[in-house]
Amino acid sequence: MSLSISIQHSFDGFALDVSFEVPKGLTVLYGRSGSGKSTIINAVSGLIRPDNAKISIDEQVLQDSGAGIFMPAYKRKLGYIFQDSRLFPHLTVTRNLDYGARAARRGIDTVQRERVIEMLGIGDLLDRRPLGLSGGEKQRVAIGRALLADPQLILADEPLASLDAARKAEILPYFERIRDETGIPIIYVSHSANEVARLATTVVALEGGKVLRKGPALDVLADPTTMPMGVGQVGAVLNVRIKAHHQDGLTELDASGDSYFLPHVKADIGTNLRVRLPASDVMLATTRPSGLSALNIVAGRVEAIQDTGASSAIVTVSTRAGAVLARVTRRSVSAMALDVGVPCFAIVKTVAIASDT
Amino acid sequence: MLLDFSPAEWQAIALSIKVSFVATLFSLPLALTAAYALARWDFFGKQFLNGLVHLPLVLPPVVTGYLLLVVFGTRGPVGAFLQDWGLVFAFRWTGAALAAAIMAFPLMVRAIRLSLEAVDPKLEQAGATLGASPVWIFLTITLPLSVPGILAGTVLGFAKALGEFGATITFVSAVPGQTQTVPSAIYALLQVPGQENAALRLVLVSVVLAMGALLLSEVLARRTMKRMTGV
Repeated sequence: MSLSISIQHSFDGFALDVSFEVPKGLTVLYGRSGSGKSTIINAVSGLIRPDNAKISIDEQVLQDSGAGIFMPAYKRKLGYIFQDSRLFPHLTVTRNLDYGARAARRGIDTVQRERVIEMLGIGDLLDRRPLGLSGGEKQRVAIGRALLADPQLILADEPLASLDAARKAEILPYFERIRDETGIPIIYVSHSANEVARLATTVVALEGGKVLRKGPALDVLADPTTMPMGVGQVGAVLNVRIKAHHQDGLTELDASGDSYFLPHVKADIGTNLRVRLPASDVMLATTRPSGLSALNIVAGRVEAIQDTGASSAIVTVSTRAGAVLARVTRRSVSAMALDVGVPCFAIVKTVAIASDT
Repeated sequence: MLLDFSPAEWQAIALSIKVSFVATLFSLPLALTAAYALARWDFFGKQFLNGLVHLPLVLPPVVTGYLLLVVFGTRGPVGAFLQDWGLVFAFRWTGAALAAAIMAFPLMVRAIRLSLEAVDPKLEQAGATLGASPVWIFLTITLPLSVPGILAGTVLGFAKALGEFGATITFVSAVPGQTQTVPSAIYALLQVPGQENAALRLVLVSVVLAMGALLLSEVLARRTMKRMTGV
């Protein structure tokens, strides 16, 4: 499957001009509101008709303005997961799940339905109506409904944005499972660096209607020049493996020879994980610090320094496991005589588990 | 006895119900179409259609009745044409039903349009992304979600048809057994001294029918709402 997208569209004084290919896996359209990410998936879905666009899945053309082709939304085989679940209030959960199959006058694949119901854990909800469901339950049903529409592409428009942190944590794993188990490509709109770090195979960073950068998730997130969401969200993502669970409740992670310690992580030794190190929670030292409460201190070398404002800078430190980003003041940069190639130590205050890989 | 109806009174009551029922039945699909067009489509002449639909609501009923007579009378362009096909309106109960239908139409369109507009287009979009064609979306999402409003509009239309007087009497007069509905029967009775009791009986019938219709619509709307959303 290859999805190719090229859109030029202007509305309300905003111009969108993007062109990119979507590879398999989960592609996050990442940017702040107004960057054009929702417009892109609405154009792919056919819910809006952009001024000028060429969108195709393999040989199938969804829209080609030049040739006057526009396939209406209902003929495109998609599963769209909306931020506000949009379940049909007058139908039971079962009827919501079956809506796609009934609309297509297609027999209901009960085996597939059982699998989806089991995967999403919605077996107890089947006879209920959407109004009585919690936000997390609604969103799980909405995911199931999209999956059961037999889609060749899944679109998700900030599906977690209206949920609280606990519900987000409840729903996130399902997207990982869809990504890993169904093989259906997913376009996922988000402005959350955590969701990107956890879910993305590929990131398309958008700003002001243009593609700022596109590439494998780890590369894009480790690049301080790619900051569509502002400096606050910059942070490196590392691939790590669980090395040991210690007596004092800490879990030791191995990152290509560097060790990181975290409060107990519920996973077996040997499990591969992604962790995110927000740049604002990383300090630098030119000598190995002692007498410090921080546990996670790794050695590296300054790879790049990027000014991000009048007083601050992002320093990229290459460590054995890859780039670690630190947000420091420019005063510190000059006081510590940091420069490309200078050896240094990164003191990492926060290590957040992003996902299993 | 106050509630001792004469055969002529029964005739007027039965006729009123028949006329209103037929008027509502034939108005409903047209009202639904007009309401959907006004609620969901943008087209050239939309304001004109909107005005036309509402005209019977603001015109003096006697004018509406006269226009019906001109168009649908035996010598009217449409009336003459339909007469060839065996459908006569002039001085028949069918004419009373036509007048009632036209007078009830704007009320039905307004109620149905409101309920259609209350259906969230986002749900219809969700239906489209799940592969539902526009017709399927209308039948499985838009229509079921606006049923309470459609019911309310239908009952309102029925009640309006029951009470129609001005246009009916102008168009088809008040022929007992053909076009003399309850309101024109009341009017006729009030013209004759000593018939106050008979008039009062029919007035009571009108009140009961109208109240009954309103209560029925409330109950139906509440039940459908409950059936649809589970609360």
